[in-house]
Formats: sequence, C-alpha cells, structure tokens
Amino acid sequence: MDNNDLMVSVKNVSMEFNMSTEKVDSLKEYTMRLLKGQLFFESFWALKDISVDVHRGETLGIVGNNGSGKSTLLKIIAGVMKPTKGSSEIYGTLSPMIELGAGFDPDLTGRENIFLNGAILGHSKAFMDSVYDEIVDFAELRPFIDTPLKNYSSGMQARLAFATSTVVKPEILIVDEVLGVGDFHFQEKCEERIKELMEDNTTVIFVSHSIQQVQRICKRAIWINKGIMMMDGPVEEVCETYLREST
Amino acid sequence: MLRPYLETFHRYRYLLICLVDRDYKVKYRRSVFGILWSMLNPIMMMIILNAVFSRVFRADIENFPVYLLTGQLVFSFFNEATSSAIFSVVEASALIKKIYVPKYVFPLERVLFGFVNMIFSLVALVLLMIIQKVKVTAVTLLFPLPLIALFLFTCGWSFLISALCVYFRDLKHLYSVLMTAWMYITPIMYPIEYLSGSWVYKIVMLNPLTWYVQYFRQVVMYNTLPTLEMNLVCFGEAIVMMLIGLLSFRKLQDKFILHI
Repeated sequence: MDNNDLMVSVKNVSMEFNMSTEKVDSLKEYTMRLLKGQLFFESFWALKDISVDVHRGETLGIVGNNGSGKSTLLKIIAGVMKPTKGSSEIYGTLSPMIELGAGFDPDLTGRENIFLNGAILGHSKAFMDSVYDEIVDFAELRPFIDTPLKNYSSGMQARLAFATSTVVKPEILIVDEVLGVGDFHFQEKCEERIKELMEDNTTVIFVSHSIQQVQRICKRAIWINKGIMMMDGPVEEVCETYLREST
Repeated sequence: MLRPYLETFHRYRYLLICLVDRDYKVKYRRSVFGILWSMLNPIMMMIILNAVFSRVFRADIENFPVYLLTGQLVFSFFNEATSSAIFSVVEASALIKKIYVPKYVFPLERVLFGFVNMIFSLVALVLLMIIQKVKVTAVTLLFPLPLIALFLFTCGWSFLISALCVYFRDLKHLYSVLMTAWMYITPIMYPIEYLSGSWVYKIVMLNPLTWYVQYFRQVVMYNTLPTLEMNLVCFGEAIVMMLIGLLSFRKLQDKFILHI
C-alpha cells in the first residue's frame, strides 16, 4: 500500500471566536448595540495559522494544555466547524469519536436509536440492518433493546453509543481522549475495539491528556500552545519538549 | 458544480427518513388514534369554522365546507411546517456541535413531516368531497401540482427563517403573530371577491399562499384548468423562494456553530 497518500490536509487554518461576554441574540439588544456602536467584539484566535498534513497509516498525536485549541482543531478536521481562514480537507471516510451518542433521543427505544445514530453518521438503512446484530451483541443490551433510552442507565447508554460509533472501520479515525466507558470488563472490550480500528494502515488522529497514552499509540505528534503550532515531529521529541517547557 | 451537494444529499437521505419517522413516533406515542389525528384534526376544525361562518358566507360560496377545508389544509400545512421549522436548527444544536451533518436536513425534515401529515389529511378531504358530492373529473387529478409548488415554497421559506432564527431568537415569538396576520390575508374562510376594489384585495393578491389556495381549489372544487398565469406565479414564486432560502442558508450556516 502506498504510504504517501495524503489523508488529511490542514492548510493555514485560523479560527476566530467572538469574545463577547453575553451573546447578542435578541433583536432589541442587537438594535441597541448597533445604535451604540458596540457590535464589534473582542476577537479571540483559538488557532493561528496551523498547517499539518497526515498521510495514510500515520498516527498523529496532538498534545497541549487545556484551552490550547486541540479540540477546536479536531472539530475543524471533522467538519463540524469551518475555519475562519485557511482550509481543511479530508480524503477518505472519517469516523469522529469526539462525542459519542450524538443525537440519541431519550423517547425512542434502543433499537430505534441505533438506526437514528447510524443515519446521523451517514450510513444507509441497508448497512444498518446488516450490522444491527453486531452492535447489540457488542453493547450486550439485547434484553433491553426495545426499552426507551430514558430508562437506560448512563453506562448502558454509553455502551450503546460506543458500539454504534465503532461498527465501521474508517480510513481516518479521530479520537478525543480514550473513551473508556462502562465497567472494567467493558472498558477492556473498548480498548480492544479501538486497537482493531487502528490496525491495517488506518490514519489516526489522537488527542489525550495522558502523555503516556500518546507515546504508546502515536509515532508522530504535534504540540499546540495557545493556538500556535509549537512543534511537529517524532512523538518522543515532541512529548519531551512539551513536558519540559510547559511546566 | 452541484454534484457534491447532490452526493451529500443522497448520502443523508436515510437520516431525513429516520428523523421524520422519529417525529411520528414521538408525536403519536401512546395516543389511541395515532395517525388518525392527522385526518380528524382538520375535519374537526372544519366543522367548527363551518358552524361559525356558514351563516355569514352561505349564500356566496357553494359547497362551503369543501371551500373551507381546502383552504385550511393548505394554510395549516404551511403554518405547522414553518412554525416547527423555524426553531429546527436551534433545537438541533447538541447535534450540530458534535458531529458533521448537513444542516439543511433539520428544516427540510420538519417540512417533510408536515407534508406527509397533509397527505394523510387529504383523506379527510376526499371523504368530505364524497359526502358533498363534488364532481370529480380528469382536472381533479392535477391536485398534486399546487401541492408540489407549495412544498417548494415552504421549504425555501423554512430555510430562510430557520437560519435567521439562529441569530435572532425573537423571531420565534414574532412568528406566531405573523402567522395569525398571514392567515387573515389568505382567503380560507371568505370569498376573495368580497374584497375586490379595496386596498386589502391588493395585499391578499400579493400573498403567495392565496395563489396556492386558489390553484388547489380550482382543480379540486371547480374542475377548471389553471391558467398559464396561475402556473407561472405559483411555480415562479416557489422557485424564487427556494433560491432565496437555499442561498441565504448556505451563506449563514458556517457561523451557526458560534451562535447555538
């Protein structure tokens, strides 16, 4: 397999947020501010001119302090946000494990939620039919599958979410913190599943506060501090520098 | 140029179906009559309005119950679909913040839901037409045309208002007032000829919904072929509204995430 395929290309991405203390979302307030000329906010750059290319089979770790812009970068790569400047492209199927169980509806049953969640992830009905049993078995929820989700415990919900989100093997996997959910036994299953997903030249982008985890999983890392790319290189070097300089 | 958009739409069409399905399940869960309400509701409204207004307009409109129900079906579809679409993007904020989904799915789904509802309500109209012995001819079969044009118009309008509502939540409150006003300038329960000559008539004729109501009635009730002008106005307005809606939605959607 060609290891030089470009999978993710982030070019000169900057992201600006408005730092208004209160949001102007009513017409009256908007007019008042417009008249007073206070409509211009302080801007805050969460990311400044970040460029990074990820090739097929690479495992990239992102390290940085809280609020340094790691999650913003992941959301931009996943297409949840559009950058203020620059561009971000992905070439291949992407599975974002940023937040699991997005769009679960408490009034629907477990079964209905599996299909709804699959649809949100962009799968077709036929595909969901074919993986339905696998999901239920993995989540170990067959006896409760026709119970409304609001009657599930939070651990059960998390299991269902994890099982639904990881049923596809994507070309690009984005993981924000390792998602250990449920009891000890299920956590082991989760890690096993994530390892499976990472095999076979999957491109992985991984964010974690645990430096050990990043070092264990990734070969390359970038360090972001206050929205600025500080370093890009082999994981050992980057992590060492990050630990030395950020304290 | 349009190809990527169509591909995305194709990919997420199952999501649309799922969301409509969910709305149905949530709406009718634990109700005895379930989907029958989509038919019972307009009939009951029609009976009430008929009882109230038939004395006023009886002499002027033949077959007043059918006149009422046709107008009401068109307007209540528009009203229900857009009133629920206006908040659709804001309500989906939890989802939009977490994962990429094409955002127009949310208003579109609400309009689809309303449209499916209206199609069920048509059963009520058919029953009423049988009871009232309305003549059915080949022209009657044209009834999907005004509904399709209305559907497009409603989609366009919903895209526009749901995008604006992200920035100005006040719209939500203003909207019910706007809808009441809009109802009165739509000839649902009065004959439009009553107004001719006055300035109100001009307003009523400028109202796009008037045209859809009239078109629908013409084919369903009066069996007259719609004129070229009527077709042009109805479909023209639908296409223009759709373009305005889509373009403004596309322009505004990238910043949604910062405001919800």
